[in-house]
Amino acid sequence: MGIEQFIDNEVKANDIVLFMKGTPQQPMCGFSGQIVQILDYLGVPYKGLNVLDSDELRQGVKVYSNWPTVPQLYVKGEFVGGCDIVREMFQANELQQLLKDKGIPVKAAAQA
Amino acid sequence: MPMDAGEIERLIKARIPDAEVTIRDLVGDGDHYAATVISPSFRGKSRVQQHQLVYEALREQMGGALHALALQTGVPEA
Repeated sequence: MGIEQFIDNEVKANDIVLFMKGTPQQPMCGFSGQIVQILDYLGVPYKGLNVLDSDELRQGVKVYSNWPTVPQLYVKGEFVGGCDIVREMFQANELQQLLKDKGIPVKAAAQA
Repeated sequence: MPMDAGEIERLIKARIPDAEVTIRDLVGDGDHYAATVISPSFRGKSRVQQHQLVYEALREQMGGALHALALQTGVPEA
């Protein structure tokens, strides 16, 4: 299976996928860590994929998304953005709305 | 390898001529920048699409000469 097929499967098989440096338990980059904090705060389940484990994955996801940096957040197969966009959306309550619209419940405490 | 803020602005404007570009050097090392790019041409585009346009302008530099660029985009206030 090629890397593109692998990525395609992952983002379609999981409601929320975060391509990141490190793991949700141990982020290895401040930008990845910020998205982990946001997702944890919202209390939504997600799958973290560590691009530091695989150079093929690291390069592959940049091509797949046409996006030059990691982290990258996917919701229901759709690319939502990198750290800047996700943080901006979270602060504007748009991320919470997007998740709800996609049928993913967020914690009530997360309502700003 | 650090990169000059003026060069970043020049590259963005080469791709998006009507852009209003503001760049801040976050830690003063010429390597970590925050850029705000406002352009009428962003209207009707998603945030991802807006950022992709800026990244296209900086294609060779992203991840290389330019280590970190915090990016915010938008359209001018009506």
